[in-house]
Amino acid sequence: MTITNIAVCGIGGQGVMTATEILAEAALSLGFDVKKTEVAGMSQRGGVVTSHLRFGPQVLSPQIMPGEADLLVGFEAAEALRWAHMLKPGGVALVNQGRFVPPVVTIGLYDYPEDPIAEMRRLGLAVFDFDASALAMQLGNIRLGNTVMLGAMSDRLPFPADVLRKAVLDRFGTRKPELLELNREAFELGRAAVAQPAPAQAIA
Amino acid sequence: MGAALPETAPSRLFLSGNEAVALAVRDAGCRVAAAYPGTPATEILEELSRFPDLYTEWSVNEKVSLEVALGASMVGARAFCAMKHVGLNVAADALMTMTVTGTEGGLVIAVADDVGMSSSQNEQDSRFWARFAHLPLFEPADAQESYDMAREAFAVSERFRCPAIVRMTTRICHVKGRVVPAEREAHEPAGFVKDPQRWVMVPGHAKPRVALMYEREEALRASAQQSPFNVLVEGGDRRIGFVTSGPAYMHVRETFPDAPVFKLGQSYPLPLERLRAFAAGVDQLLVVEETEPLVESELRAAGIACAGKDVLPRVGELSPDRLRPAVARLRGEEVPASAQPRLVPQQVFPRPPTMCVACPHLGIYYTLAQLRNLTISGDIGCYTLGAGHPWNALDTCISMGASMGVALGMDKGRGPADAKKAVIAVIGDSTFMHMGMQGLLDITWNRGNVTVLLLDNRAVGMTGGQDNPGTGRDIHGESAQRVDFAKLCEALGVKKERIHTLDPYELPTLFKTLRDEIKVPEPSVIITDRPCVLIDDYKPTQPYKVIADKCTGCANCIDVGCPAIHVTRRETQVKPSGKEVELAFVRIETSACTGCGLCVQPCAPEAIVHALPEHPVKFLHAKI
Repeated sequence: MTITNIAVCGIGGQGVMTATEILAEAALSLGFDVKKTEVAGMSQRGGVVTSHLRFGPQVLSPQIMPGEADLLVGFEAAEALRWAHMLKPGGVALVNQGRFVPPVVTIGLYDYPEDPIAEMRRLGLAVFDFDASALAMQLGNIRLGNTVMLGAMSDRLPFPADVLRKAVLDRFGTRKPELLELNREAFELGRAAVAQPAPAQAIA
Repeated sequence: MGAALPETAPSRLFLSGNEAVALAVRDAGCRVAAAYPGTPATEILEELSRFPDLYTEWSVNEKVSLEVALGASMVGARAFCAMKHVGLNVAADALMTMTVTGTEGGLVIAVADDVGMSSSQNEQDSRFWARFAHLPLFEPADAQESYDMAREAFAVSERFRCPAIVRMTTRICHVKGRVVPAEREAHEPAGFVKDPQRWVMVPGHAKPRVALMYEREEALRASAQQSPFNVLVEGGDRRIGFVTSGPAYMHVRETFPDAPVFKLGQSYPLPLERLRAFAAGVDQLLVVEETEPLVESELRAAGIACAGKDVLPRVGELSPDRLRPAVARLRGEEVPASAQPRLVPQQVFPRPPTMCVACPHLGIYYTLAQLRNLTISGDIGCYTLGAGHPWNALDTCISMGASMGVALGMDKGRGPADAKKAVIAVIGDSTFMHMGMQGLLDITWNRGNVTVLLLDNRAVGMTGGQDNPGTGRDIHGESAQRVDFAKLCEALGVKKERIHTLDPYELPTLFKTLRDEIKVPEPSVIITDRPCVLIDDYKPTQPYKVIADKCTGCANCIDVGCPAIHVTRRETQVKPSGKEVELAFVRIETSACTGCGLCVQPCAPEAIVHALPEHPVKFLHAKI
């Protein structure tokens, strides 16, 4: 079996690193060798965050090279476009439609892309987009957005969705029983959101 | 930050390099660990501070942290300190003499180079220090090796009675991998032995010890030949043999799985004879090291032919996509095209780090941007971001505390071109105590005409809000002595009437005080006293919203630079005078706003009002 490469991107404060951490826990629970790397220079200040997860029988370099990601998970629409070239040709992108406009756009120095998700499709990528915030708010708690994102990934991994769900619930659901149920629902909402446009294809 | 490491380490852990070093330090029976926060090394001490087994502290700077570690070592305890690359520059004075005295209890220094400069003012190669100070050097390639080498570093330190350096890089510190820890050991301090010939470094005592230092280096050189961390990895494709260390080893193995590799783990002193034998068995030798050509130069000096930085990039990480074309060139091959067509990176706006919503620094830079004829000497911290848009109100950033000396030099060196400009220095609370206080003393003593803005946000903000002597809390969050900045500045020679403590959210007071103080031709200090919005001391208040009908598009609020303010539409308006004015109408992302009120103050039409109380939420919610 080869190495699976998952690139997760977003901005500081969105939970990119936590999500990748949970994904790593799931892969570890199956006995894979796992490496996770991120560059988050000053990301706490609203900068770009990327996190790379590689797992397989043995992982050497922790970095995914451009054109080698099996899956790209974008927590923010323009960030997904920024890192689209990480995907291998024909790769799958799961993208939150949510936008975070930085001050350099607000003050008029740059433009936010009109439709970053459409641009990704024009590049020939399979893009599954959904509004993670709106789905989280359906359950009344914006903080569930992270779990929605993880649910969206769960059918595109080389292992059953149950493994990731368990890792999510172990992380987020242990403190309060009601959180356990909410996270379970958020996970399923994310899963369903990307199942609708096209049948789920597992990467391998 | 990860959760606290368990007291008894289970057999399989998933740790970052930083966490692995922390666990190794604890498992080695270390008694004292000290550091000043600095990316990418910060988490090492954060993790260590969670263990009840040893004393940990945030020190005021890296030099002090190393001296604390040395003192512990002198009494026979195992001691540790961690720092980022530039931190070792600060600590170097102590380092260069403790290599002469040597150490008693094992003393390990973890130094993290920010290769690729994700969060630093320069890129430098700390492996030089091992050579400069004649000390053993370890270069882990992943988290497991970070653990193993930190453990071995204590043993080597004690065997040779000198500090040992573990050199990390960002790609080690922040990469997680599986770690199997070894058995914990106990270590009791043997006690201090008075020995002035050894510990009192006056010339007469130092001379014989310098000779001993060189003897020690030769013994280290001999032992490096046998180090279990210097490993030959066989490979069938002998066209190029690689000599490599640190994370570059993983990239080399990933990219050229069939090539023979000599992996340097204990990389100073070099195991030269083994490397010579390795070179003899391959067609060409290529040294892959981050970032300076150190091993390469030493191999050449020993008469071992090799390639290195003549084909590889000098700056940044040596990742597979950079190795592949360089190696092809060395082999005289075409640069390999990737197997499949790849996407080119898409042009997307840059997303530089910004100040947070309601950051108390916003008011400072808004005010500085309103004033003309200023030269603003800056420093290291979140407030360095004041150099960016929309403020463009910071003119220099060099090193910790440099705002002070640079400002004084600007004042003393200025000619007619700068005669009418006021010199301002901007520094944060922690940076001030790290290395800024001495600069202020120099300003007062030498009658400098500098207005100092001391931004006290009660945290080491940029590295994640760690405590410092100004917060009144120690590394564990326990109550501690708190520095009184106004008294401290007065003690350093600033006149009492030239010291002002004020609220950075009150723009008129800030503006007036600053304007008044820059007119006074002597040192002034303006201290701001609101906490970082990311620490518990900060209390959000009722958020604001924009009444769309009242917004005139003047864009004054945008000049504050708060990320919660968003433009809804832009318009060009022609004034009666014929002048064209660009208008930008705004809204406030109320869910992100914490009610600091900075944007309300420059809003002439009073279009910004309190919104209904809402629970503040995070970015994921934000929309255009």
